[in-house]
Amino acid sequence: MEKKNDKLFIIIAGLIIGIIAAGLAFLGNPKNMGFCIACFLRDTAGGLGLHKAPPVQYIRPEIIGIVIGAFVAAFAKKEFGSKGGSAPMTRFVLGFFAMVGCLMFLGCPFRMILRLAGGDLNAVLGLVGFVIGIFCGIFFLKNGYSLKRTYSLTAGEGYWMPILEVVIFVLLIARPAFIAFSEEGPGSMHAAVIVSLIAGLVVGVLAQRTRLCMVGGMRDLVLFKETRLLWGFIAILVAALVTNLVLGGFKLGFTEQPIAHTDGLWNCLGMLLVGFACVLLGGCPLRQLVMSGEGNADSAVTVLGLMVGAAFCHNFGLASSGEGPTPAGKIAVIIGIVVVCCIGVVNTYVKAGAAEEAA
Amino acid sequence: MVDARGLSCPMPVIMTQKAMKSKEDYYEVMVDAKAPLENVTRYAQSQGYKVEVEDKGGEYLLKISR
Repeated sequence: MEKKNDKLFIIIAGLIIGIIAAGLAFLGNPKNMGFCIACFLRDTAGGLGLHKAPPVQYIRPEIIGIVIGAFVAAFAKKEFGSKGGSAPMTRFVLGFFAMVGCLMFLGCPFRMILRLAGGDLNAVLGLVGFVIGIFCGIFFLKNGYSLKRTYSLTAGEGYWMPILEVVIFVLLIARPAFIAFSEEGPGSMHAAVIVSLIAGLVVGVLAQRTRLCMVGGMRDLVLFKETRLLWGFIAILVAALVTNLVLGGFKLGFTEQPIAHTDGLWNCLGMLLVGFACVLLGGCPLRQLVMSGEGNADSAVTVLGLMVGAAFCHNFGLASSGEGPTPAGKIAVIIGIVVVCCIGVVNTYVKAGAAEEAA
Repeated sequence: MVDARGLSCPMPVIMTQKAMKSKEDYYEVMVDAKAPLENVTRYAQSQGYKVEVEDKGGEYLLKISR
């Protein structure tokens, strides 16, 4: 584990991921949405009928690819293992509200980078909120926040997420009547299934090997002056930016950006909620997806939290659209910030019971 | 001896960082996954320590010294 090679590897991986992500938008995915873990989990939830918003229903092969790619990479390197038991319901709730924040902003941290790389200046305000949220999380980390330990679980536990992804892939290919496919809107815009799947597999493998994480970069820089993960973040941004410039996908400005709104305050607060929740979770939505493929049941529960969050967002009208945020969405984001704060306080300052202390 | 088994990132590194404030010449850290193994190693090396890893069948004992 040479230090220099380490950094070089994540930079190369980041560059490859950036090119793939920008490229997917030209092969059919919505603009600045070559990848978006939040949007794609939302579309997948829609495809499975968990919500009924017609424009955002499509089982995204990228998600399937990431989980399977991470599973294969972890398995090959003997890193796969069934683990879990660290505050699963708390993680579910954190995942739920991270999604509420993502759908306020209209993108996960990954898409935030891609929006920046496409010249969408609204994402700058998202980034500001994201960094503030990360600092909120770090405050609790520094004061002793912990969701306690994970344990080895029964051998089969870690396989559920990869199996689930294979099942929904079969549903995607077989197209039974109960699986929804958007006929217009973002859900109808997608690269060919095989292209999306391969892109997901490559990103899944690279993200598993490099431990790539969008919140980890800023967090480790502040906590340990460690820049490795941040280089991955920067490499994706640079590669996607250059690819967009070459292919003509770069348009600088605030207005008329694809699948984005111009309400700066709520872009900022949405991503604040995401950054805050993800630091308390220990990783961004992409990292959660990758760890769910490594056999981590806690991350699998987090992914389910994200999906249920997405379903609620569209069933209750919490998700923003190109027109802007909704009043209910604003209330949900505020509730989310309060709930995440409470989770931070409880897991930092409230001491465990005597029995647990003794154990 | 820091027992960081089962803890998710960045907890193991924070625990190591706190322990290492005492500036001793030798520490032991126990982790049970590759990611924290790499992260703790990286942190210790950045602080000018050498790291030896003992594989204990899925668990790793890091011997951090200078």
